Amino acid sequence: MFALDPMLESEVLWTPLLIVVLKVLVVFVVGLVATMLMVWFERKVIAGMQNRIGPNKAGPFGLLQTLADGIKLFFKEDLLPRRSDKFVFALAPFLSFVPAFLSFAIIPLGGDYRDGNDGIVTWFGVETRVQLADPHIGVLFALAISSIAVYGIMLAGWSSGSKYPLLGSVRASAQMVSYEAALGLSLASVILISGTLSTSGIVAGQSTLTDWNVIATGIVPFIIFLIAATAELNRPPFDLVEAEQELVGGFNTEYSSIRFALFYLAEFMNTVTMSAMIVTLFFGGPQPISYGGVTLDIPLIPNGLEGTVWLLGKVLVFLYVYVWFRATLPRLRYDQLMDLGWKVLIPGSLAWFMLLAVQRLARNEGWNVFTTTAAAVIALGVCYALLQAAFTVSNKTREREGAQF
Amino acid sequence: MELVVFVLASAMMLVGALGVVTRSNPVHAALSLVLTLFGVAVHFVALEAYFLAAVQIIVYAGAIVVLFLFVIMLLGVDKAENLGTEPLIAQRWLAGVAGLGLLGLLVVAVSRGADALITRAEGLDTAANGATGDANIQQLARSVFGDYVVAFELTSVLLVVAVVGTVLLARRRAGVEA
Repeated sequence: MFALDPMLESEVLWTPLLIVVLKVLVVFVVGLVATMLMVWFERKVIAGMQNRIGPNKAGPFGLLQTLADGIKLFFKEDLLPRRSDKFVFALAPFLSFVPAFLSFAIIPLGGDYRDGNDGIVTWFGVETRVQLADPHIGVLFALAISSIAVYGIMLAGWSSGSKYPLLGSVRASAQMVSYEAALGLSLASVILISGTLSTSGIVAGQSTLTDWNVIATGIVPFIIFLIAATAELNRPPFDLVEAEQELVGGFNTEYSSIRFALFYLAEFMNTVTMSAMIVTLFFGGPQPISYGGVTLDIPLIPNGLEGTVWLLGKVLVFLYVYVWFRATLPRLRYDQLMDLGWKVLIPGSLAWFMLLAVQRLARNEGWNVFTTTAAAVIALGVCYALLQAAFTVSNKTREREGAQF
Repeated sequence: MELVVFVLASAMMLVGALGVVTRSNPVHAALSLVLTLFGVAVHFVALEAYFLAAVQIIVYAGAIVVLFLFVIMLLGVDKAENLGTEPLIAQRWLAGVAGLGLLGLLVVAVSRGADALITRAEGLDTAANGATGDANIQQLARSVFGDYVVAFELTSVLLVVAVVGTVLLARRRAGVEA
């Protein structure tokens, strides 16, 4: 069968091909298992915070609870609402499930980055990276994928032919589109400092603790990215998409059986991916903690594998942070959500990006960094005052016109 | 290989474009538009313009069509339109004439400018793309923020004017009830 193409007969190309196939399989399986464990982790941690026990029947510590739930969902009846748009209704779960897996492909999952190595490992005589793909556009790929993910939620709500899902999806799309801007702008700061788009390049540039982008970009882009990512994931406190008290279940109210499972899976998969993305961008990904020439080394594990252990540990911290958010913070009101996104996060990330760019320019041109930064801060302060004045004026006009909020 | 990619991407674009025109449901038409935009992105990747491909997806598929869908949902015009009515007199004739004229202009422009990239030696230096995709962005930045900075700034001014104009038009004056 393969003899059709002489290119495939040569021995040399089989190894890379097999490695790629293996990587795809591993990433897919790891993604699914991570999602399964994440659901269990979230339920267990929340239960702990709320003084409950949480799932404890299926498997040891209730570990197999998600599997049991998934199998149950498989065997449920797959309902198709009569007023739904059948094609789009069937398409929507996949539009949210596929992007969730795609963005996992560009995250460096391990490899040896210490001592200036750029993460290349040798498997079966072939040099490769411990990540499924390292595309030319790097992190822009993640942005593109997350902008595609909006379609799943949007079309799910619309095609259900029911008003609560529609309301949920209109909210969702507005929220995701607005916070994508803040997400992209805080990402720009990271790209400016790293000088490259490729995820492996960004990781390679964060070799010591002070080089970690969370410190190198001065913490603000990280905070903005964390908030915007939470909103992008539609996780609490930004889960207006599925505010149970207002919208029944949000965009997926009409979904049942395996299609609902796909949405559920995509949601948790996205959480895992976004945590890994935060770690990659701001916390050095698979890099070990290293400061002043001293590197924390995990004994007994070879350097190539150690990166994966570091990555897992860091990702777990952020997964915990997301669960913690959910257990702690009450849901925002819709206008508060939009105000936070448009009036705080977007101007904030833009201003911080300008500040970093000015400092970079001053260093390149040999100007005094302090005076240049001070001048930039004054200019940004004037801009901030103007912005505040604009808000005051528009609020007054609205009040005069009798708007009620 | 190149031919296969070209044929597939072009087929995507054509199917999508036909869908935009023929589907009577606006949401289906918008989805067909997404298909077309993805086809364009694939073409960009095939031409080694990776950054343009990413921007194509992020801006057009990710923001603009989402905005279209958003408006369609908010206004509730997602029912199939009756295509028999003609709001403006002779608009079909005019659209046909304009379409044919545009087609003619495009054919002339493409056939006359086919070798402009080669003879004037402009465009992307694909050899400099190298192992990373960053060279692509550096060249684009030099072109946009260096050689053509005035045109770039004028375009952004145009966009600001459009936004301000929209806000002014859409705002209801106090006392004037719509």
